[in-house]
Amino acid sequence: MIPELGHYALILALALALVQSIAPFVGALKRDGTLMQLAGSTAVMQFGFVTISFAALTACYVTSDFSVATVFENSNSQMPLIYKVTSVWGNHEGSMLLWVLILSLFGALVALFGGNLPAPLKANVLAVQSWLAAAFYLFILFTSNPFLRLPHPPFEGRDLNPILQDPGLAVHPPLLYLGYVGFSIAFSFAMAALIDGRIDAAWARWVRPWTLAAWTFLTLGIAMGSYWAYYTLGWGGFWFWDPVENASLMPWLAGTALLHSAVVMEKRNALKIWTVLLAILTFSLSLIGTFLVRSGVLTSVHAFANDPLRGVFILAILVAFIGGGLALFAARAPLLKRGGLFAPISREGALILNNLLLTTSCLTVLVGTLYPLALEVATGAKISVGAPFFNLTFVPLFMLLMSAVPFGPLLAWKRGDLAGVTQRLTAAFVLAILGGVATLAAQGAAAGLASLGVGLALFVMTGAVVDLVERTGFLRLSPAAALARARGLPRSAWGTAVAHFGLALTLVGIVAVETWASERIVALKPSQSVALSGYEVTFEGTTDRSGPNYRERVATFTVREGGVVVGVMAPSKRSFRTREMTTSQTALMTRGLSQLYLALGDVERDGAVVVRLYDKPLVLLIWIGAAAMALGGALSLSDRRLRVGAPRPAVRPAIAAE
Amino acid sequence: MRIFRCIALCAALAIPVHARAVTPDEMLKDPALEARARHLSQQLRCMVCQNQSIDDSEAPLAHDLRVLVRQRIAAGDSDRQVLDFLVARYGEFVLLKPRVEWRTLLLWGLPPAALLAGLITLLVMARRRGESEPAPLGAEEKRRLAALLDKDRVEP
Repeated sequence: MIPELGHYALILALALALVQSIAPFVGALKRDGTLMQLAGSTAVMQFGFVTISFAALTACYVTSDFSVATVFENSNSQMPLIYKVTSVWGNHEGSMLLWVLILSLFGALVALFGGNLPAPLKANVLAVQSWLAAAFYLFILFTSNPFLRLPHPPFEGRDLNPILQDPGLAVHPPLLYLGYVGFSIAFSFAMAALIDGRIDAAWARWVRPWTLAAWTFLTLGIAMGSYWAYYTLGWGGFWFWDPVENASLMPWLAGTALLHSAVVMEKRNALKIWTVLLAILTFSLSLIGTFLVRSGVLTSVHAFANDPLRGVFILAILVAFIGGGLALFAARAPLLKRGGLFAPISREGALILNNLLLTTSCLTVLVGTLYPLALEVATGAKISVGAPFFNLTFVPLFMLLMSAVPFGPLLAWKRGDLAGVTQRLTAAFVLAILGGVATLAAQGAAAGLASLGVGLALFVMTGAVVDLVERTGFLRLSPAAALARARGLPRSAWGTAVAHFGLALTLVGIVAVETWASERIVALKPSQSVALSGYEVTFEGTTDRSGPNYRERVATFTVREGGVVVGVMAPSKRSFRTREMTTSQTALMTRGLSQLYLALGDVERDGAVVVRLYDKPLVLLIWIGAAAMALGGALSLSDRRLRVGAPRPAVRPAIAAE
Repeated sequence: MRIFRCIALCAALAIPVHARAVTPDEMLKDPALEARARHLSQQLRCMVCQNQSIDDSEAPLAHDLRVLVRQRIAAGDSDRQVLDFLVARYGEFVLLKPRVEWRTLLLWGLPPAALLAGLITLLVMARRRGESEPAPLGAEEKRRLAALLDKDRVEP
């Protein structure tokens, strides 16, 4: 009964979405208030029905109802409750349901909090949002229904893939989807503006909070995924340039560009056409990411051909929305009026450079990800594009971008003074050069790239601090006055500085791990030790334990530093009964910002275990930096002008008083 | 086959599925040669895996390739010779960094070309904007403006 309820609720959501696709749109055309207002209630109701549907599916998983095919395939009655819940989205069908849940959530939020939007804009935004929703409801109902029953319900389920039985699954996909899908709002706003043929600075102010929220979630989602991969995969890599990762990086890069160009549009009414295009492209990249991951085309071109229905369906959605969006853009963009003028050296100019570099890096990732696929389809030739390619192409672009970061916030709008800004950044230059030289002195000429990275990170960090010091007048004014100014400083200024500082922190973490990480791979017998960067790690022995749905062999290691015991590390090998799979649980020991990382290899015949021990200096900065970026996003989001929204153009008396 | 199914499933996430790799018995005695072997391994693809280098993969094929790389290095091959040997045997697919040739021209060329095209577009647009800025005031206009301003100053 419960699965049928969920199924039915989803069909009702589709019906509502179809109504919402047309009625408000017609209403906006005819300026019919009733039809336009309809969108608000249908959007909220859609969210209600999708929530019922999602809750029903969750109930099936929690109660281990194995008469439902997806529950049987991906769950097991012995799993801990948290994994029963997370396995809802640990598979294709459920993750698509999570996708539409978040899509309808954003639609409902626009309906509820979009009170200050002009009625036709709001109606059009919700209509476009509903086209998307309808397409994905249809996709789920026709190709990926999670509620299908099995004719002969089995007693036990096949278990969730053991690699996914990790707390990371509870956090990573929802955050990632909040990011991916959040950009749909920017897309809908762009479509609505193009349909209306009118766009101004207020539009940018309405779009910015949604973009910021999506970007913040996506940043956290990617960082969370990176940390999960780091501790799961057994050798401490944090980014693999895997197509699946690239699929999430591309919308992030485009979204970052969008955030910055929307600032220009909001403050200076310039870059309008470009911002609208970016809004379309960012969400298109989210859709492409979904297509790449969902259609199986990444695993191989042939996997796509084996189960073509899903792939073709998503491809059709892709073509309809990206193609439709770009066609509408091509038709309407020339009508949009040019905005404010500015000199090349100005805040606007710096943000354009930011956009150029971000979109080029995004294009690099896109080409690198799709090229092997395209080449195989076109010529049958198979090539691989992996980390070495991206290190050679993406990294220099991003370094270039970072070297420009400190200039942006310090330059004035309209016409900036590059010499003056360079002078104000003297402290940053000095620190950067000192840091770079110190790295070279410590590491020798081989660390050229590392010293560049350290210098760059220090430059960006000091730049962010200089920006705040200048704005608050911390060195010029009395502390009390500076504090008062700091309090009065817009939150978005704090957000910018914190996010840029976070970016530099991440760079420090990456440089440190790439340059100073060390490893030992040895076979150890009980009571033997291995030494690594000042630590002595002794293998004490193994014990067997049993968990709810697995058995595990835990190896215990004592870690000493200078003869003093500083901790115990206990990596393990888990064998999962149902799938007969073994996973390796790594052990981490955090020392300050650095981590000692221990992974178990095979157990050899003579009772020795293969041990991989890594010292990862400052590795935590990679994710702390990402968290700081997200914090910056949240700070900007709490800025008063975004909460209050754009001021309504008041009905002014005919003779404006200046 | 299990690893394939697992990869297909994990495709729900933005994290890749990798396992650990190099084992002590594979390693070369000479640390300098071993370092070269590790560096090369990171540029070679494990052909049965999804986007994994043979340095990261625990597939049996990756093990065989790691041993092969080390054999060639021990036999005195240069890095280039090792790569050539593997490409001759397994094709370009084995390289994680494709070589620059006509069919990878777009791959290597597009990013710098896009950057260049973007820069040129910006320069052209900046110049055009400069032209469209209003011309400076003529002598007659300046006189009229001064007269207007003067009038303003007297009246209020």
